[in-house]
Amino acid sequence: MGGFDFDTIVRTAPYLFKVGLAFTLKLTLLSTAGAVVLGTLLAMMRLSSNRLLSGVAGAYVNLMRALPLILIIFWFYFLVPYIVGWIIRAGAPVAVGGFTSALITFILFEAAYFCEIMRAGIQSIPRGQAGAGYALGLNYWQVMRYIVLPQAFRNMTPLLLTQMIVLFQDTSLVYVLSLTDFLGAANNIAQRDGRLVEMFVFAAAVYFLISYAASRLVKMLERRIAIAR
Amino acid sequence: MIEFKNVSKWYGSFQVLKRCSTSIATGEVVVVCGPSGSGKSTLIKTANALEPFQEGEIRINGVSVGDPATNLPRLRSQIGMVFQHFELFPHLSVMRNLALAQVKVLGRRQSEANERGRALLERVGLSAHMDKYPGQLSGGQQQRVAIARALAMDPVAMLFDEPTSALDPEMVNEVLDVMVDLAKEGMTMMVVTHEMGFARKVADRVVFMDEGAIVEDCSKDEFFGRPDQRSDRARQFLSKILSH
Repeated sequence: MGGFDFDTIVRTAPYLFKVGLAFTLKLTLLSTAGAVVLGTLLAMMRLSSNRLLSGVAGAYVNLMRALPLILIIFWFYFLVPYIVGWIIRAGAPVAVGGFTSALITFILFEAAYFCEIMRAGIQSIPRGQAGAGYALGLNYWQVMRYIVLPQAFRNMTPLLLTQMIVLFQDTSLVYVLSLTDFLGAANNIAQRDGRLVEMFVFAAAVYFLISYAASRLVKMLERRIAIAR
Repeated sequence: MIEFKNVSKWYGSFQVLKRCSTSIATGEVVVVCGPSGSGKSTLIKTANALEPFQEGEIRINGVSVGDPATNLPRLRSQIGMVFQHFELFPHLSVMRNLALAQVKVLGRRQSEANERGRALLERVGLSAHMDKYPGQLSGGQQQRVAIARALAMDPVAMLFDEPTSALDPEMVNEVLDVMVDLAKEGMTMMVVTHEMGFARKVADRVVFMDEGAIVEDCSKDEFFGRPDQRSDRARQFLSKILSH
């Protein structure tokens, strides 16, 4: 095999980044967006005085957090076609494609974690804030949308971004669905060219750089974001 | 305009309001006072349903507050409320604080809401600060903005829940001045406060509460002028408050 072959990396970089990393980033960003929305709704349910709503949300969050992610990935990969088929009454499983399946899985799974972050965020806003909103005649949804959630998001941005970095790393698990994310692409080259060391070291370096740079950014943001009260 | 009839409220087995009855007529200024923990803040918050109550009835212009069929947001939009801790929205500029509910609740156009906001900031002497954020203002300024925010909804009555007790002493008067002006203009006001100077100056009636019950409900002159006719608790309270 000889020495460390940088040339393999240079040669395959366009493939690794344009196909692999693009997929990873797309999955990360879309999953985060979906999971933040779903997680916020779950958090509002969990904090609801309606026992049914908070019970359902609580059970969902606890279930998702008690199962290994990879199990859920398998689960949804095999189940989603049936569910979609049932919803649109196709009478047979519908092929939804690996990406859609993975996206739905990550949204549903990560929503449980984002729910807990948003719950803490909502609870960090003094109750008087909501009270002031209600006193002005705003309804529950308006109080949430204009008063509580903007402040909660702002307070929780560092944690939300940190969770997103975790999600970025977790997306590599889609290899079990034979999807070509960044790690999958690196693995393909490694196997094809017999350059396992180069590819896995390079993949590790890229994951590290992105995650580390992102977490440094979060740290900087954290210092600047605090709302003056 | 605001009528309390035998209002009772419990936290678990602890009764915080005991059959409270009183009323506030249009244009009247009623000061509610009493030792801390006597239920005065709780009582004022039941008036716009920020605090639920279990028994009795509260009517505002004939509309029952406790009735599940009542459109609470609509009712609340007609009653201004000022809080002890201001509760300005820290993520919005002063102007946006004033305009938000005008636009979202009353359906005013943004320009119209801003116009009204500007006029009210002028009135409380803070037009120079309309683009600042609440955190950049002093306590007294924040509370004046909060009063302007409530007035921007053109309320028929105003509720004040200890509006000066979180303020540094030197800022109390700038807030009281605004409230005195409001009272003189004929605003219907229910004010929970320990500021007996304010009560003497503008109150029509004084309600004294102790341990969740309304102990005294009489005119200002009777309350301050005839101490011999007051209950022991009210006399003790007054002697403590007025002696300094």
